[in-house]
This record gives sequence, C-alpha cells and structure tokens, in this order.
Amino acid sequence: MGEVIVITSGKGGVGKTTTTANIGTGLASLGYKVVLVDTDIGLRNLDVVMGLENRIVYDIVDVTSGQVVASKALIRDKRFPDGRLSLLPAAQTKDKSAVNQKQMLELCDELKAEFDFVLIDCPAGIEQGFKNAIAGAEKAIVVTTPEVSAIRDADRVIGLLESSGIRNPRLVINRLRPGMVRQGDMMSIEDMVDILAIDVLGVVPEDDSILISTNKGEPAVLDEQSRAGQAYRNITRRITGVDVPLMDLEQPDSFMDKVRKIFGFRR
Amino acid sequence: MAVLDFLQRIFSRDNMSGSKNVAKERLRLVLVHDRSSVSPEILESLKEDLIKVISNYMIIDERALEVSLSNEDSSVALVANIPILDIKRRD
Repeated sequence: MGEVIVITSGKGGVGKTTTTANIGTGLASLGYKVVLVDTDIGLRNLDVVMGLENRIVYDIVDVTSGQVVASKALIRDKRFPDGRLSLLPAAQTKDKSAVNQKQMLELCDELKAEFDFVLIDCPAGIEQGFKNAIAGAEKAIVVTTPEVSAIRDADRVIGLLESSGIRNPRLVINRLRPGMVRQGDMMSIEDMVDILAIDVLGVVPEDDSILISTNKGEPAVLDEQSRAGQAYRNITRRITGVDVPLMDLEQPDSFMDKVRKIFGFRR
Repeated sequence: MAVLDFLQRIFSRDNMSGSKNVAKERLRLVLVHDRSSVSPEILESLKEDLIKVISNYMIIDERALEVSLSNEDSSVALVANIPILDIKRRD
C-alpha cells in the first residue's frame, strides 16, 4: 500500500508544482513507483513542468466521473522504464466543482494500491480545490518562501490540515537566498521554523536552473549540476526515511564579494 | 581570506537593522490574530463591553484604552491597558 502525500501552500506561486514535479521525479529515480496527480482543475500546469503536455488524452475529471479507468488516463513518463512515473493531469476546461471529496478519496485509494507514492499537487487557496486535494491524503508537505505573505498562508494551511486530521505536515522552504539572510534582509530557516513550529523537510535555494529546467520540461532534480536539484534529491531521500543533513547553502564568496561587503556595498 | 573575514566582522553593520526583524515582528502579530480567529471587530466590541463594565467602578480614559492580543512564548494573552482617571466612591 502506497502513501498519499499532498503538496500545498495556501499562497500561489511559491513552488508547489515545481516541488511536486521534482519530488516525484526524484522518487522515481530512486526506483519507486510514483503517480503525480494535478488537482488544479482549470489551471493545469504540472504537465508542462514535467514536459508531458503533448501526450494528454484524458484527465482527472474523466476518471472521477467514471468515463475512463485511471490506468487509461495516466501518462507514463518515458524517461523512466516500466511506467514507474505517471501523471494524472488536471482538466483544463472544467472548474473545481467537477470533482468532489468523495471522488478524490476513492481515486487516491485506487492509486495507492498500485503505486508506492501518490503525490497530489494542490491548487492555491483554501476553497473547494484545496479540500478536494487533501481529501485522500495521509501526509502533507507545505511549501513556503521566506516572505511574510507566504508564511502567513502556510500557517493558515497548517492549521486547516491539522483540523482535517493530517497531522505533522512538513515544511519545504523554497527560494531561500543565503546572501540576503546573512545581511539580515531575509528570514532564516530558524526564523521560519520558530514561527510555524513544524518540522523542515528541506530548503531549496533560489536557483536559475529551476527556470531553465521548467523551460525545457525536465525537472531540475535530474540535473546533477543544479543546486536546487541537489536540494530536491535530499528532500526525496528524506521522504524515503533516510536522514540527510540540510545542505550547506553558502556558496563561497569571490574575493570581490568580500571586498564589497567590507565596505558596505550591497548588491 | 582570513584577514578579509576578520575585517568583515569588524565593519559589518549590525544585523539587527535588517528588514527581516520587521518581517518577523509583523508576522508574529498577524499570526496571533489569524490563529485565535479573533477579528478586529470582535476586539472592538470586547473593548466597548469592557468600558461599560469598568465604568461602573472607575472613571477611565476611554480614548487611551488599549486591548490587544499578544504572543508570549507559546501562549496567547489578552492584554488590556486601561488608564484610570479616578476611582468612584461608593456612598
């Protein structure tokens, strides 16, 4: 029996879809059987981040409404053998009321019988779409960025998850900029943990390689050179129960960086 | 590089002046309200009721009265600052 994990955040644009794509791809790289479910009906995005947008025939609403069986709607990622990584895309032309909580619960039960991990990409907000996304989940990953608005929403979502019976969600801090933290202009990991009072699953540094990988439709977790990819590889291993220390986010400063800092020039 | 690190430590500005402390403080306050689900309207009506009750016993400075939620350690407290102008005598 697999695990159903919802990736959520409250606020939009903090990296839920990127996180879902990278964790899913990372788990498949480790040999697990993974299915990604995009529940953002009307604003489908996980397919393009994964580079699978041209192969969609059926979507989640076709499955929950009973028109096709789940196995027929799943898109198998050809980067992995034997259908180890699959995507169930969101519907693009319907709205969030096209699926209800009971249908989501049944879908998750069906998928976890066949996969090791069922990752649910949750839409932004805390309305129907959110309720659907968490309906079948046993665990949750809350994504935030080091911004006041994102942290406030994360706090709200953590409260909602816990009152829905999803205990101990874990935090992914995305787009951290160590240089700004050092200057005292960005909240540190400790600051955020202190405020939100939940366990940290991982910290992903701000990294241009994320945009580049999204441009290409190849998750950064597959890029050995990417620092964000390394962070996602670590997160993936932590999900499987391996104790991996948080990576050192500090990149050594160049000589000129140090000179600038001494004389107080901010970049 | 060690010399540079040393110089940097001496000359670096106080981290406390960074904007992150402002962010933390603002977040703390906003989360106290979010978590307790006490809206500013509820606080306002609580304040009016408090004035009514306390005015039976004391003359208070209604305009300087402050009622707020505050977060100390992990508990939330209702903090009221009620300046007294005079005590009513009971005769």
